[in-house]
Amino acid sequence: MQPFEYANPSTLQEALALLGSRWGEADVLAGGTDQISLMKEFLHTPKRVVNIKGIKELGGIHHSSQGLRIGATVTFDELASNQAAHSEYPSLVQAVMGISSPQMRNMGTVGGDLCQRPRCWYFRRGFGLLAMQNGKSLVPSGDNRYHAIFGGGPAYFVSPSSLGPALVSLGAKVKLVSASGSRTVAVEKFFVAPQNESSRETALLPNEILTEIEIPLARGIKNATYEVRQKEALDWPLAAASVALSMKGNVVSKSWVVLGHVAPTPWPATAASQALDGNPLNDETIAKAAEAAVAGAQPLSENGYKVQLTRVAVKRALLEASAKA
Amino acid sequence: MPDLPDYHWPPMGKRRVMGKPMNRLDGIAKSTGAAKYSSDRKPEGMLYGALLTSPHAHAKVTSIDTSAAEKLSGVEAVRVVAKAGTEIQWAGAEVAFVAARTEEIAEDALRLIKVDYEVLPHLVNEEDLSKVGSRGRAVGEQVTGDPDKAFKEADAVSEGHYGIPVLTHCCLESHGQTIAVKGDHVEYYPSTQNVYGIATDIGRALNIPVSNVHVNMDYMGGGFGSKFPADVWGVEAAKMSQSSGKPVRLFLDRATELTMAGNRPSVFANVKVAAKRDGTITSWQSQTWSTGGIGGGNLNAGLFPYVFTKVPNRRINHTSVSINAGGARAWRAPNHPQVCFVTCSALEDLAAKLNMDPLEMFLKNLDYTSRADLYKFQFAKAAELMEWKKNWHPRGDSGSGSVKRGLGLALGTWGGAGHASTCKTTIHPDASVEVELATQDLGTGSRTMVAMIAAETFGLPVSAIKVKIGDNSYPNSGGSGGSTTSGGISSSTRKSTVNALQKLFEVVAQSLNVPADQLEAVDGRIRVKGNPDKGMSFQQAAQKLGVNSISEMGENNPRNAPKEGLNTGGTGGVQMADVSVDIDTGIVKMNRMVAVQDCGLVVNPKTAESQVFGACIMSVCGALYEERIMDQQIGRVLNPDMEFYKLAGIGDVGEIIVHMDIREENDSRGVIGLGEPCAIGGLAAIANAVANAIGVRVPRVPLTPARVLAALERRTA
Ligand SMILES: Cc1cc2nc3c(=O)[nH]c(=O)nc-3n(C[C@H](O)[C@H](O)[C@H](O)COP(=O)(O)OP(=O)(O)OC[C@H]3O[C@@H](n4cnc5c(N)ncnc54)[C@H](O)[C@@H]3O)c2cc1C
Repeated sequence: MQPFEYANPSTLQEALALLGSRWGEADVLAGGTDQISLMKEFLHTPKRVVNIKGIKELGGIHHSSQGLRIGATVTFDELASNQAAHSEYPSLVQAVMGISSPQMRNMGTVGGDLCQRPRCWYFRRGFGLLAMQNGKSLVPSGDNRYHAIFGGGPAYFVSPSSLGPALVSLGAKVKLVSASGSRTVAVEKFFVAPQNESSRETALLPNEILTEIEIPLARGIKNATYEVRQKEALDWPLAAASVALSMKGNVVSKSWVVLGHVAPTPWPATAASQALDGNPLNDETIAKAAEAAVAGAQPLSENGYKVQLTRVAVKRALLEASAKA
Repeated sequence: MPDLPDYHWPPMGKRRVMGKPMNRLDGIAKSTGAAKYSSDRKPEGMLYGALLTSPHAHAKVTSIDTSAAEKLSGVEAVRVVAKAGTEIQWAGAEVAFVAARTEEIAEDALRLIKVDYEVLPHLVNEEDLSKVGSRGRAVGEQVTGDPDKAFKEADAVSEGHYGIPVLTHCCLESHGQTIAVKGDHVEYYPSTQNVYGIATDIGRALNIPVSNVHVNMDYMGGGFGSKFPADVWGVEAAKMSQSSGKPVRLFLDRATELTMAGNRPSVFANVKVAAKRDGTITSWQSQTWSTGGIGGGNLNAGLFPYVFTKVPNRRINHTSVSINAGGARAWRAPNHPQVCFVTCSALEDLAAKLNMDPLEMFLKNLDYTSRADLYKFQFAKAAELMEWKKNWHPRGDSGSGSVKRGLGLALGTWGGAGHASTCKTTIHPDASVEVELATQDLGTGSRTMVAMIAAETFGLPVSAIKVKIGDNSYPNSGGSGGSTTSGGISSSTRKSTVNALQKLFEVVAQSLNVPADQLEAVDGRIRVKGNPDKGMSFQQAAQKLGVNSISEMGENNPRNAPKEGLNTGGTGGVQMADVSVDIDTGIVKMNRMVAVQDCGLVVNPKTAESQVFGACIMSVCGALYEERIMDQQIGRVLNPDMEFYKLAGIGDVGEIIVHMDIREENDSRGVIGLGEPCAIGGLAAIANAVANAIGVRVPRVPLTPARVLAALERRTA
């Protein structure tokens, strides 16, 4: 990796003062499970690395009448063992447990999960977010078995965050803080599909730190995440769905269906929600919702199978959520 | 001249150590980290080596400038291996090496080397034969009997396409070495399957006598056939050590390891096979192609139809395809897993066509193999362990629900006769016993095997034996390839220990006043046969040596081995798999695997079983997860990492039941190597189980959700 200056601040204000106004000046270091790889591969070559794990105010999980506040440096393991998360947001816990490596769950943080960079193998080999070579994306005519089936380019990578879809479905927000102030952004808006090589896949600015995630009270909303992954051992999901259902008796009054690992962002399947809303939650509705979820899919040469996996993920997430009392 | 001592293995029922399951001697050291691998060595003043590889699959180096790297503080050696004018044939090929005081400086130095390339056209994929053009080379047709006539007369003909991709060895400990050249003497710590022979490569490269190259390697972390030569990185590290006067450590990083440190060739096949109504195979035809990188893909196509090679009518064609990728190396049973997969898949498809249980069909045709009785027994045993009769169903699980279950089977064969090996055994007057031979323990349990055999001969506990291996100052014992190690080292150890014991008997005979041939070594005592009270402890016997030790050699010479009977070759095994396939997702889960395996006389049933367990796990990886993925646009490997070069974890392998086929008649053939024969059939058995579960052949492994779903879609279409 490229030599860098290392900073270990103990307060948020100190940390913010150490960030730069352009990417490449300073990078935040949380669990490091992605950041270190990025630096080793020279994909990130920051002049300064700012460790945020020593900042107390970025840790901790608080459950209140407002909902759940999760500090950015909370590890996957901490979140998965939190009682409130278990009882109210099983969807989130299921997404966390899908990261099936104890090492990763011990080191990785929730903030890092949202800010991690895509795993697209062209991006990771240095061809950029849009995987361009000679003015043309390598993805459509390359090996795109793990790429996006939604969005239609120019970005074809899939958003790697497993927490993203669950958080979007739960209506969560993130707090982004810079030296000059703070803003709160819906997780749905936090993820963006970049249109050119100079933009990023999240709303995060180089001078900002994601300080916390806020999830509104579940208020009896049934929720679940289902991920399709080939292996039991550490492996990326091939497709995932997070669902949240507000119910009146057996009728869905309002639903949120968000797909994961199939688009450059967590992908809200609004058509699936429409198929659910106002209808009884039964096999027929579930089948319709699953079908609606993939209606707009634009698979590439080698990832057509992900359409089917997405259907299954939606169906199984709904079944899982409906099975909950 | 006295008669030769009796080297024969003690009769099966009389062994006290051999044949009893024993933990490997180095298990604790390995699992606690106390065991030091060559990659753990850190001699005083050591430099870190690193290498620059080509980003292009095919290119000519037009210029290379290392001046900036040389000037970087901390860099002590820079060597160019691809000088201007060199034609590079694959992405990942070595271009230059550096050695520096820290790993970081070495990496930085690599980035300062400026290379200009003239990029040339490349080909990196061979699966579509119509796209390989002049890179394919047909290697000639072999015809036996009259296949066309037999196809015409057959009751059933099955045609299919099958494919198995290039795999990499993916050794956990990557290739490399720590090496120190001082004057004309070399201390060399490689990770190798060839402790004795590898010194030659370094001696030659440095132009010094091979006797000045001291090789030492106590443990190694996986080779699978890919670690015989010193390789460019060994030679260059040696030269950098020579020029800098400091030790150099250079191990490949994961990406380089997976890109250029060897691979197993692919095989793609179009097969036509025919049978009579009763399942008797009448004709075989295969057109295959494969690649093992730039050198093409030479397949021993004469192995078709695998194990059933005596099918009377056969037409076999093969095309070798050269692509711009790193070269193939031996991979646990070269040719066999691929040929087995193609054959057993085609035969299972044929059985399905005949509406026949494949087990019945395989049994029906055993006369076409060289070991009908062995396979018959093994299939019966495996079927019992798998409850085949109860669990097998005709192709396509007709049960409701999305999860379909199926069974599959396959079989394998291998040689495995012992290689040339010499061993030296020393009995010291203090009764300590040392057994020395320049073999290596690849994690297979060789060290433990040597100790057990010596303990058996001397009537001592295993703990009384000091085994010294992994060093070329010991007697030459050959490289570990082709499953030849067990046969070789067991025989030379037996002979050397028997020779040493004979010498001890001669000393004891004098003081007991009996002929030496009346003595035996049992339970820590040397005593008179038939008169167990007359004798002395091993300790007392050794004391009689006074100040002299006994040192005796023993040799396994493959030419004489067949008549000596300590080891032999030719073995068989069968594998069965039980899988569940979710037809909504195409995900295959292993329920169970059964492996019944012969390897002659089994010295240590525990490490033998471990070998087979490992082989089954490798089979799961190959059947479900593993493949090298190349991109034609950039000419590079897309998954040279442990993230997308997928391997099974513990939760993915299911239950594995290993039955070592230990029977008097197998035992009497002596020791046979086991590394490769057990690593052949598992993959085919899994692929067949999936076809049985879902009712349709998935032609290409690994059986990913994409491929399983595609096959299911073709069926409904
Ligand atoms: C084989 C493998 C499988 C995996 N499978 C999954 C999976 O299934 N699902 C999944 O979601 N993840 C998966 N991961 C990824 C893993 O979850 C991420 O690496 C981890 O979440 C990153 O968190 P971290 O704390 O280590 O972040 P770091 O590595 O420290 O940081 C990652 C990035 O985020 C930035 N960053 C981190 N925290 C903040 C913050 N608070 N504010 C601003 N920027 C920040 C850093 O600058 C860096 O660019 C997998 C990883 C591997 C290697």
